[in-house]
Amino acid sequence: MLNSKIPAGPLDNKWTDYKGHCKLVNPANKRHIEIIIVGTGLAGASAAAALGELGYKVKTFCFQDSPRRAHSIAAQGGINAAKNYQNDGDSTFRLFYDTVKGGDYRAREGNVHRLAEVSANIIDQCVAQGVPFAREYGGLLSNRSFGGTQVQRTFYAAGQTGQQLLIGAYQAQERQIALGNVTQYSRHEMLDIVKIDGKARGIIARNLVTGELERHFGHAVLLCTGGYGNVFYLSTNAMGSNVTAAWKAHVKGAFFGNPCYTQIHPTCIPVSGDHQSKLTLMSESLRNDGRIWVPKKQGDSRKASEIPEDERDYYLERRYPAFGNLVPRDVASRAAKERCDAGYGVGTSKQAVYLDYADAIDRYGKIECRKLGINNPDADTIRKQGMAVVKAKYGNLFDMYEKITGENPYEIPMRIYPAVHYTMGGLWVDYELMTTVPGLYCLGEANFSDHGANRLGASALMQGLADGYFVIPYTIGNYLADDIRTKPIPTTDPAFEAAEKEVRERIETLMKIKGKQTVESFHKRLGKIMWDKCGMARNEKGLQEAIVEIQQLRKEFWSDVRIPGDIKEMNPELDKANRVADFIELGELMCKDALNRRESCGGHFREESQTEEGEAMRDDENFQYVAAWEFKAVSNWELHKEELKFEVAKPTQRSYK
Amino acid sequence: MEHYNMNLTLKVWRQKNKDDRGQFETYQVKNISSEMSFLEMFDVLNEELIREGRDPITFDHDCREGICGACSMYIDGRPHGPWEANTTCQLHMRAYKDGDTIVVEPWRAKAFPVIKDLMVDRSAFDRIIQAGGYISVNTGNAVDANAMPIEKDKADLAFANAACIGCGACVASCKNSSAMLFLSAKVSHLALLPQGDPERKDRALNMVAQLDKEGFGGCTNTGACEAVCPKEISISNIARLNSEYLRAGLTVDK
Ligand SMILES: Cc1cc2nc3c(=O)[nH]c(=O)nc-3n(C[C@H](O)[C@H](O)[C@H](O)COP(=O)(O)OP(=O)(O)OC[C@H]3O[C@@H](n4cnc5c(N)ncnc54)[C@H](O)[C@@H]3O)c2cc1C
Ligand code: SF4
Ligand code: FES
Repeated sequence: MLNSKIPAGPLDNKWTDYKGHCKLVNPANKRHIEIIIVGTGLAGASAAAALGELGYKVKTFCFQDSPRRAHSIAAQGGINAAKNYQNDGDSTFRLFYDTVKGGDYRAREGNVHRLAEVSANIIDQCVAQGVPFAREYGGLLSNRSFGGTQVQRTFYAAGQTGQQLLIGAYQAQERQIALGNVTQYSRHEMLDIVKIDGKARGIIARNLVTGELERHFGHAVLLCTGGYGNVFYLSTNAMGSNVTAAWKAHVKGAFFGNPCYTQIHPTCIPVSGDHQSKLTLMSESLRNDGRIWVPKKQGDSRKASEIPEDERDYYLERRYPAFGNLVPRDVASRAAKERCDAGYGVGTSKQAVYLDYADAIDRYGKIECRKLGINNPDADTIRKQGMAVVKAKYGNLFDMYEKITGENPYEIPMRIYPAVHYTMGGLWVDYELMTTVPGLYCLGEANFSDHGANRLGASALMQGLADGYFVIPYTIGNYLADDIRTKPIPTTDPAFEAAEKEVRERIETLMKIKGKQTVESFHKRLGKIMWDKCGMARNEKGLQEAIVEIQQLRKEFWSDVRIPGDIKEMNPELDKANRVADFIELGELMCKDALNRRESCGGHFREESQTEEGEAMRDDENFQYVAAWEFKAVSNWELHKEELKFEVAKPTQRSYK
Repeated sequence: MEHYNMNLTLKVWRQKNKDDRGQFETYQVKNISSEMSFLEMFDVLNEELIREGRDPITFDHDCREGICGACSMYIDGRPHGPWEANTTCQLHMRAYKDGDTIVVEPWRAKAFPVIKDLMVDRSAFDRIIQAGGYISVNTGNAVDANAMPIEKDKADLAFANAACIGCGACVASCKNSSAMLFLSAKVSHLALLPQGDPERKDRALNMVAQLDKEGFGGCTNTGACEAVCPKEISISNIARLNSEYLRAGLTVDK
């Protein structure tokens, strides 16, 4: 039976109560307890800093050359917190409510409320570390809006919020390294967990520079290894983002929660050709000021500037007057796809819509002119002033757009299209962030926890840092308090031997295939199956086909993949092969989960289950549960269900109209 | 934007590992689209090398959005290639035309040993941060974020310096292999904020000491670093660092 361990009592007391009653480890004992943290993005780096500060002996691992390069660095738009600095009606409750509703009532109330409670502490902590958030002229912090909310609660640092938060967490981690509490292993990839007497007690990692396998012991193991959007090949994730750590844990007994919940982000730079290696996000913050439209006429091939105002369809404003361009991501993405599929798309591929800044430039320009006391300004002056404001707010994003497309977004509207961005699914964890393997925890994007079937913008950074700075320091103590007598287990233990052997043999098998097709070509094919049949719209037939195709692809991979080079050297193709092999297995599970969930909710859209207006239609009676899959054997899983109870935020049909 | 295809000659540094002497090898790449990124051109070449049974070229990269700082190619004598304020991954092939020859090398500096081909070891940067590139505040100790207003201009300037991506182009461009631009960006980020004030003196002294230990050269103000920095970190930070250092040296009694 799945026990989510949500504390009893009223929603807003649960976390306080938990903290007041959980077991503690005294400082002298902490010094003897070792913790392994795999992954040093926001979740891992913050956990490493916080646990190091508490006095635990921590080892951290990442596959990049430095913790500062984790994928979190690329987050652009901002981080939410219920500070209510704007006096616009925000509160812990509202952040909780927006998040549960935004997730289409598929997240746990208890977890989400805790997240909303600690959100304010995150901002305090980051400012104290020197994170330079945007400020107003009075010297106080500035906020902007994000999708799915009607308040301004998003803190930001230009379009580089993730970078600034990660540098803060990284510096806190480096400080613990300098103090001797944390040891960092960069360019290391975890390839298995080690279980002894049913508990997670260590990992097998490969030193990517030398190719050697290493054994590391820990009283507990934390996986903070990020999301698996790259299963689609093309996504906004960094090239190295992968599912391997989570997948190995899954195979060793950790259940996988809601694998099919994928977030397709509405505003990304469209695909330009077959050579494309990744997609680039244009931050959701751009929807604060930008307006999205397509021509009213099908197949209109005029330039944007030649299409008069009354021949433009601002379809989000038309369909969703209450939220307009700031509807949640799943809604905005589907609306873009609907327009393009119906033949209204723009650009050469016709798979794009416009994100237009002309109005914003004009509006800001007029405001600036008033501020500067310029009377009757001409159009040029307004434009110039307006452009300066837009540049200050979004300059780095506009620059990035221009570098990639060669077009100037201050002059021509940007072309955008939805792209895979985030995975709400991940390892199933209980309230304490522990997986179904005792002693194995999962934090950040890698777990399934707080976002239900659709994540609201600016909430992933919040969740990663909440998990690392403010949740795990308490919940891990509750487990380790019973482990203070466990002496470090030598890595000569047979369990370590066996795990290492398994990893070694798998690598040798891969290298020996010496087939004809490159790893990349397999990855691309997997991505295409996933995007076509398990992407923005899914149906029974497509999913069934996808499962068969993926099983076939797996066979082909294991008999015909070609990996150059040797094992005992830096060999990025081998690293990639390890990851793609796991993506293939995950892809199958995602399709299976999507097939099982015969309802639409959030980012999971089953064509069979929609309202007359084409909105996602949930089936609460049959699917108000978390799907937690247990691995039995290749292509064989058992489904466990965790019923979701809503005591405070009662499920309704989500409406943003 | 008009798109076009091109054929190019690449001269790429190949080095099996840190002990190998290394040499240039020449490759022809065909039908490269002007819409590709520079690294996608390398992807195409690598796929071809693998198909031919040859060893693909190893290079660092991850975000491909100009923010993680991993990519690091020295292209025709300039870190990150010909574009201003740009990273290797954001360089696009429309910067080149049919028939061009492009020479690609790794960062070269004693403190950045080559791992393989175009990939170098930049862990020295982490150790410099360990020497003091942080504010010592334990989790849970913070006061309300708005308790201490910070002048917008100062906050913005701190942010401009905190935008350094730790790529090391500054070192690669410098004839002395100096890391002063990187170091001064961090010292300035923290010195400009009131939160950074209590540790100001030790920070400057300790980080400079670590810099010397890692084998980076001294700064002779040639300005090459500023010219290639993808995040336009200003060389005026080096003057700020020097004054921080002097101030610290004069007043710290240890
Ligand atoms: C372009 C972009 C913009 C975004 N913008 C926002 C935003 O504005 N606001 C917001 O809230 N969210 C945003 N997100 C989402 C958010 O950035 C991520 O969800 C979040 O940063 C994930 O953090 P993490 O710590 O869980 O994982 P990551 O930052 O992905 O870190 C994963 C870590 O695990 C390591 N790792 C992985 N596998 C292994 C292995 N096998 N062995 C060893 N180490 C391993 C990696 O080296 C890395 O250190 C954005 C995402 C993208 C793609
Ligand atoms: S100062 Fe500029 S060139 Fe040097 S590491 Fe930072 S971003 Fe790179
Ligand atoms: S790959 Fe991240 S900056 Fe170039």
